[in-house]
Amino acid sequence: MSARVLPFAVALAAMAMVPLFSTSPFYVNLTSQVAIAAIGALGLNVLVGHAGLNSLGFAVFPGLTAYLVAWLSTVGGIDPVAAALFALGGTMMVSALFALVALRTTGLGFVMITMALCQIVWGAAYRWTSVTGGDNGLSGVPRPGGAWLPLEKPEYFLWLCLIVLALALIQLGRFFDSPLGVALRGTRDQPRRMGAVGYDVWRIRFVAWMLAAAWGAAAGLLYAWYHQFVSPHMMAVTASAEVLLMVVAGGAGTLAGPLIGAALVVLLKNLASIWIDRWVMLLGFTFVVIVLLMPDGIVPGFSRLTAWLKRLRPTPAPKLVPRERADG
Amino acid sequence: MPTLTKRTVACSWLAATALSALAALPAAAQQPPIKVGFMTVRSGALAAGGKQMEQGMEYCLAERNGMMGGRKVELITVDTAGQPATTKTRAQELVERERVNAIIGPLAAFEALAIDDYIRQVGVPVISPSAAAEDLTQRKQNPWFVRAVGTSAQANHALGEYAAKDLKLKRVVTIGDDFAFGHEATAGFQRAFEDNGGKVVQKLWPPLNVADYGSYISQIRTDVDAVYAAFAGGNGLRFLQQYAEYGAPVKVIAQMTTVDEGILKSMGKEAVGVISSGWYTATQDVPGNKEFAAGIRAKYGADPGYYTAGAYAACAFLDAAVKAVDGKVEDKQALMKALRSVKLEKGPYGEVTLDEYGNPIMNVTIRKTEEKDGRLQNVVIKTYPKVTQFWIYDPKAFLADPVYSRDYPPAKNLGQ
Repeated sequence: MSARVLPFAVALAAMAMVPLFSTSPFYVNLTSQVAIAAIGALGLNVLVGHAGLNSLGFAVFPGLTAYLVAWLSTVGGIDPVAAALFALGGTMMVSALFALVALRTTGLGFVMITMALCQIVWGAAYRWTSVTGGDNGLSGVPRPGGAWLPLEKPEYFLWLCLIVLALALIQLGRFFDSPLGVALRGTRDQPRRMGAVGYDVWRIRFVAWMLAAAWGAAAGLLYAWYHQFVSPHMMAVTASAEVLLMVVAGGAGTLAGPLIGAALVVLLKNLASIWIDRWVMLLGFTFVVIVLLMPDGIVPGFSRLTAWLKRLRPTPAPKLVPRERADG
Repeated sequence: MPTLTKRTVACSWLAATALSALAALPAAAQQPPIKVGFMTVRSGALAAGGKQMEQGMEYCLAERNGMMGGRKVELITVDTAGQPATTKTRAQELVERERVNAIIGPLAAFEALAIDDYIRQVGVPVISPSAAAEDLTQRKQNPWFVRAVGTSAQANHALGEYAAKDLKLKRVVTIGDDFAFGHEATAGFQRAFEDNGGKVVQKLWPPLNVADYGSYISQIRTDVDAVYAAFAGGNGLRFLQQYAEYGAPVKVIAQMTTVDEGILKSMGKEAVGVISSGWYTATQDVPGNKEFAAGIRAKYGADPGYYTAGAYAACAFLDAAVKAVDGKVEDKQALMKALRSVKLEKGPYGEVTLDEYGNPIMNVTIRKTEEKDGRLQNVVIKTYPKVTQFWIYDPKAFLADPVYSRDYPPAKNLGQ
């Protein structure tokens, strides 16, 4: 157990210590962005990696929460923490309704229906100008906290993001090991057999959907607090595709994959552009390389690479032990 | 000993040069360059405008030999990709990593709104070269933000009055991009037009990325006096082309970016005769614009348009403010104060000052698109001097009303 936890603990501790070494808050904020993206990617990984349901509308969960918390805490004038609770609750209710529609399908149908659901909410955010501000979005979203917890400061906000990320890793790690998690992978690989054996496939998928929605909502909440601004762009098809890219590039179905995928995408997007003008091309090129060399993603790719290297290393020749000849 | 003398002279000359060079060194070292962050768009749908912005910026700096107020300017250009979240991170990069003294950008209104709170928190002077969202200098005005372009509606108020009073139009259909810029521009036109006795009888809103305007054009009523078109980016080009294919039953009056110089070069006969309004056109006869337009044409082979002039003006504003504080840009408060009281005598816009909200007061012209010198040009037919963002309305009453939108001011004459 501890051997499995160790790499995650080291990674999170390293992220938490960025403020101690960074000369400017820029890198602290960048680390927060990695953490927020990772929480979202971990949520989507439940669907893509473990339920075998490829969603191209994941951005609807963070989007709903971000809009709800932004609206409630600016126009609604509610305290940020209360607004957050209402936003999370509201997102879960809408997600449950969406599940009734989306979980009727699998495969390509599921891809299209999730995309359509996300487009509906995107359209509402874009067109319902009197409430959502249209494409100008909602700005001035307050962060919670106060004198005792100055979340306005980048380092405190980073630590909040990391705590949520740690909770996500622990909860999802335990879930994947649980009988329900195993059953979920069963519905991914053999849905008809699972049904025949007596599992309620729909309900298992519903749990996975709600779990994905919950972590997506958490990511959306942090997103709204981090940017203090929401706009329909966060629910565009490209935003959903980006989360999917993180999961696929990192390695769907693994716990570390979404984390690494999120770090890769966020850092390539925001750090590479400082030095390279054509950073969009670099992004594309990187993913082509990943798909060519490690079609399952980085994490499975590396474990395969280490296994391959082990095989390459000449195994010590068996020691020749002079055997007593029977007839000697 | 003539040779010796010569040598001595040469030596002393060398020594003098070396000494003066040495003396100059510490002076230069004391003056680190002014760091200016420039947020443009190099990828995505807005990249064409971003490129024109870069040209305006480059031209402005070249004209000043890369100096402002006696100090070298170090320009740090970043690509926001036209996405609000990316824009925020790029702004953080400029402020926290590069520690810039001022920012010129970003391009789109939603990008400017995305960093609005952030620039309030960190307090860095921002000059917008193109973002026209009304509220940035109205109900949500930001002490660290000034604009080098007009608001979305600024020139459209004038067009509204001109259409009703001079063109004597009675009934008009509006069609515009379905996003804030289109909504605000149309609202400004509608308000001034209806206040002068005109009637907007139909309003159409094609989505921003619609592939075909056919289904919208076929809805445009033909029993009206004109169609008012408010399009951004390349949409004006596509709309006018398709409208001409449908026979263009009624004449077109337009918001400035619909027939902007940036896309005018790709247009044909369909643009001829379009009447539009704006604060900039390459042909306008104001002090300084002739040189500017000719310079841009010589360097880049195209007339300057909305984005080119906007970026140039933003750069010129900063230059004037830096001069006003004697190059001491480290005092952010003083720089911002100088920026807010900028007054330019000449340039693309001619004479321009800022109002107390940080928005330019400048001439707005009514132009007609004509073919001249073998290319399409917007020829000025009337000038409204010193137009503010509030037009003739009282600023207090103006700001007490809701911001212009798809539904405000309400259109009372639809269907008539």
